[in-house]
Amino acid sequence: MKKLLLATAALALSAGMASAETIRLGTEGAYEPWNYINDKGEVDGFERELGDELCKRTELTCEWVTNEWDSIIPNLVSGNYDAIIAGMSITAERAEVIDFTTNYTPPDPSAYLAMTPDVDVESAVISAQTSTIQASFVAEHGWTLVEFATPEETIAAVRNGEADAVLADKSYLAPFAAEEDDLVLLEREEQIGGGVGMGFRKSDTELKAKFDAAIQSMKDDGTLNALIAKWEVASTF
Amino acid sequence: MFNFCTDPDTLPKLEWFACYLTTGKHMGFYFSFGTVLLLLAITAPAALLFGFGGASAARARFLPLRWFGKAYISIVRGVPDIAFFLFFVIALDQGFEWMRHKVKCPDWDQPIRQGNDFVVCAQAKLPLGTAPQWVHETYGFSLAVLTFAIVFGAFSANVIYGAMRAVPKAQIETAEAYGMSRRQTFWRILVPQMWVFALPGLSNLWMVLIKATPLLFLLGVEDIVYWARNLGGTANPRFTDYPHADWRMWYFLALLVFYLLFTKVSELVLDRIMRRLSHGQDTAAGEAQRRAAGGPP
Repeated sequence: MKKLLLATAALALSAGMASAETIRLGTEGAYEPWNYINDKGEVDGFERELGDELCKRTELTCEWVTNEWDSIIPNLVSGNYDAIIAGMSITAERAEVIDFTTNYTPPDPSAYLAMTPDVDVESAVISAQTSTIQASFVAEHGWTLVEFATPEETIAAVRNGEADAVLADKSYLAPFAAEEDDLVLLEREEQIGGGVGMGFRKSDTELKAKFDAAIQSMKDDGTLNALIAKWEVASTF
Repeated sequence: MFNFCTDPDTLPKLEWFACYLTTGKHMGFYFSFGTVLLLLAITAPAALLFGFGGASAARARFLPLRWFGKAYISIVRGVPDIAFFLFFVIALDQGFEWMRHKVKCPDWDQPIRQGNDFVVCAQAKLPLGTAPQWVHETYGFSLAVLTFAIVFGAFSANVIYGAMRAVPKAQIETAEAYGMSRRQTFWRILVPQMWVFALPGLSNLWMVLIKATPLLFLLGVEDIVYWARNLGGTANPRFTDYPHADWRMWYFLALLVFYLLFTKVSELVLDRIMRRLSHGQDTAAGEAQRRAAGGPP
């Protein structure tokens, strides 16, 4: 009887351990609707729902961690968390340092938000968040660029006249244009980036493969498209 | 928090604010004040200890120890805080993990450095990948304390080093004439008397330390400035029950008041300490105290 009890206890313990394989997901928490901190103080948004669903499909327990955008890649590489899920576009430059999963949103145009619809972006001052594809895009074209650490500040810069327009993902800017009377989206859009994917350490190939499969399964059964439509983050597949 | 908070749109101003200011997000903000105060409470004595150690090493008679002390002071003082925080903490963390890896997984055959990645076996991870969230947070916090202590320790080492040299030579000579050993002179004469010279410099450092806490977020510790920025930013009705415009100004105003109050209290306390330390000292302040007490001119 005693042996039986012990055996069941051991079994329960090992079963508990098997299901408790935890991975940590790093996000920024300041980029609505992709990821943000809700009123309760928890990570919320499109990527929260997506990440939780992916973790269910890969049978992993996931913890959410917020990290500043600037240091989000160094902290992944050094092992502070196991994956980046923070609206990060897949680019060749980043892919040299980390591995991306297959994209979970299609490549979407970036948009400009300005005070007036007649801004000529090529001669204007453009604000963008540091180390984003938009910032490198403006820099590559040799236009005038001012960079800020958070997306919120890039918009504040347009409001107070420091910049003429902000270049960012359209899904981030659209709610501002809809909500505020003084801000409009420009007609011009830029096709940059290869869609958004999760980032993993290059050595974590097994983990990445698991998430690749989970994303693919969500693409196949249409749940991913439904999520994208719900949060209005991108066009659907 | 309150029962009437279920539908914030319909509430009058006062109740709306009562609900708004007690959301979970705001609780995180209030909690971060505690984090910052705790950090200061641990870091200040730790940095003082590092400083004292560094200064003692820098004036040691044993040459390698003296080199070590001087190198610590000049290298750490010369590196920008933000670079130190980005580089050193990661290096420190990897150093710990490397040591644990060597001990715990001796038969690991893959290289630890794979391109940009730093790969150690799962048992060597610090904290363990399976550890609950609070362990990760505490670990990050401890790394932050250690890094702050090392950085501010170097600055205070320089201050204390200078203060040790400022103690009047006559005091040391008298101690030697009484037959005290080097160690006795150091602990009984030099150390008690140097604080009065060190305090102005140390109080400066304390003030700088109070305001350096936003560096915490580089390490993933959420401090008050992070929350103020996050909470003050434009809140779009799509993502919150409490939409508002860009209120960062008000949040930063609150931080301003907090910092001003905090520095004011610090100043009062430091003034008191200075008065005590000056007592009986051969300095202008000590002299003034002696005369005020009715001593001969």
